[in-house]
Amino acid sequence: MSRIMSRRRLPLTSLGRVYLGAVLLFLYVPILVMAVMSFNASQLYRLPIEWSGVWYERLAGNAKLIDAGLNSLAVALVTTVIASALGTLAAIAFFRYDFRGKKLLQILLFPPIAIPWLIIGTSMLIFFFWIGIGRGLHAMVLGHVALAQPYVIIVVSARLRAFDPHLEEAARSLGASQWQTLRYVTLPFLAPGVIAAALFAFAVSFDQFVISYFLAVPGVSTLPVEIYTAIRKGFTPEINAISTIIICLSMAVLLGVARFYKFGGER
Amino acid sequence: MAAIAVREVSKHFGSFTALDRVSIDFPDGGFYALLGPSGSGKTTLLRIIAGFEFPDSGHVTVDGEPVESVPVEKRDVGMMFQNYALFPNMTVFDNVAFGLTVRHLGSDEIRRRVGEVLELVRLTGLEGRKPHQLSGGQKQRVALARAIVIEPRVMLLDEPLSALDKALRVEMQVELRRIQREVGITTIFVTHDQEEALTLSDRIGMLRDGALVQEGAPGEIYERPRSVFAATFLGDANIFQGRAEAGGLRLADGNLLAVSDNTGAAPSQVAVRPEKMWLQRADDAPGEGANVIEAQVSQHIFAGSSVTYLLDWRGQTLKVFAQNRGERVLPLGERVRICWSPAHSVPVEP
Repeated sequence: MSRIMSRRRLPLTSLGRVYLGAVLLFLYVPILVMAVMSFNASQLYRLPIEWSGVWYERLAGNAKLIDAGLNSLAVALVTTVIASALGTLAAIAFFRYDFRGKKLLQILLFPPIAIPWLIIGTSMLIFFFWIGIGRGLHAMVLGHVALAQPYVIIVVSARLRAFDPHLEEAARSLGASQWQTLRYVTLPFLAPGVIAAALFAFAVSFDQFVISYFLAVPGVSTLPVEIYTAIRKGFTPEINAISTIIICLSMAVLLGVARFYKFGGER
Repeated sequence: MAAIAVREVSKHFGSFTALDRVSIDFPDGGFYALLGPSGSGKTTLLRIIAGFEFPDSGHVTVDGEPVESVPVEKRDVGMMFQNYALFPNMTVFDNVAFGLTVRHLGSDEIRRRVGEVLELVRLTGLEGRKPHQLSGGQKQRVALARAIVIEPRVMLLDEPLSALDKALRVEMQVELRRIQREVGITTIFVTHDQEEALTLSDRIGMLRDGALVQEGAPGEIYERPRSVFAATFLGDANIFQGRAEAGGLRLADGNLLAVSDNTGAAPSQVAVRPEKMWLQRADDAPGEGANVIEAQVSQHIFAGSSVTYLLDWRGQTLKVFAQNRGERVLPLGERVRICWSPAHSVPVEP
């Protein structure tokens, strides 16, 4: 159906062209400008461009930004692993079992996506202090996992809806233990959904500013927090440089994933 | 290979009684059909034998040893599902090899046994295909190969042929029977298709509302149904109501239907199969000793080798199958006699 639809050529009205152009313009041109300017020696964005790698050199010497970047990466990776594993298991439990309070738990998945981060961040800060967890990277991981988990459960559940429970029964009847069934039948089927969910979890954590800002201790922060602090003190093109690196990295990861997984498609 | 028995098995889902004290013996090496409409409990019974469900009460034994609390992966059953349930991420070879791989057999032995069983189901050469590259009949064969390669003690089939079109279904029926005979494995299969039950199995158990209604060889159940349900669900039947009398059934119009065997209980209903009846013109002499009633042709359906007549008899529609032996098709509205031998009047319970 969708294949037939996509093959038919849609007539693009002139209004449609203008709209498409505007979307692409306002989304990608700022990013392009930033990338180009990271190579401009002039701090005041003077034209014509004087090509130079000076901001990348300065960045290499900026321990604060580098540390923050590494912190961001570490927090995002740990968050991704924990949130994907727990979220996938939760999705399987929702799919397979009926239990008291299941509907309520499923409904409770959505508010964290809708509640403003400012409010979540404040309440987490208060709560973490109150129970003695305090601030720091460990607190950030806790907060990010709590935030990312609903996304994982929702994405993996969508994939599970297409899962035939007879597959698991077939595996069990052939002598596979529950673990072997999960390992060889259920997880391979879920893999595309889990990978997509993991990307979401990574993005939720890596992009997270508000909650990280609340939970960071002075001196140990993540990249978004550090960039914000740096901009307040005065903007330097070093920010352009590190942003360009991050964009290139995330593009590379996404393109790599897209190569073996057609988003939304089967197999 | 094993003899299976279920004893007084009951199963409830909430307030719904899926099975009510069902006892059946499945003979060693036999091909047994569980036949019934949807909701009759036949699939639940199959799932209890497989080990996917556990009975609320009663026993399941394999060669005399109770298995009702053994989990499915320890039961050594080969199960075939309605939609085949082939693993979509694995090739044909890996699908068939799955049961051997999880048993940690050596790769040489796995290769040998998978090769043998693929030859048995005539799929040699397709080892590298993925399930979505197979036709319906090929998927069916892979599912069968995957189930028998582990040499299970019993084969369970859940409506295995219902997803196939008619021509392929007949072909697979022949295949299933051949493979079952070759392997000699006790096979139990669930179906709501009476024709499939008749052609495939050597014993049929009919279920209705969670209870076993009747059990026997296909010919026996077909020729001697004990209830109106058994008569009408397995094949077609004309049912006559009346009052029991010595020698037969007194109909409302005063005619006495001669009934074959008065098996003790006086019948108030009699079933007659449509193909056991023949039609005569109203002025021909009736056959000696035959039951005769007069009716009017209300519809005829010409199907080449046979003609199905629907006849109006005192407000009731009767069905008669007539072989096409070259006679003219009786016109609508013609008054005819329906005749049949008393031996084919089968007393049935309501």
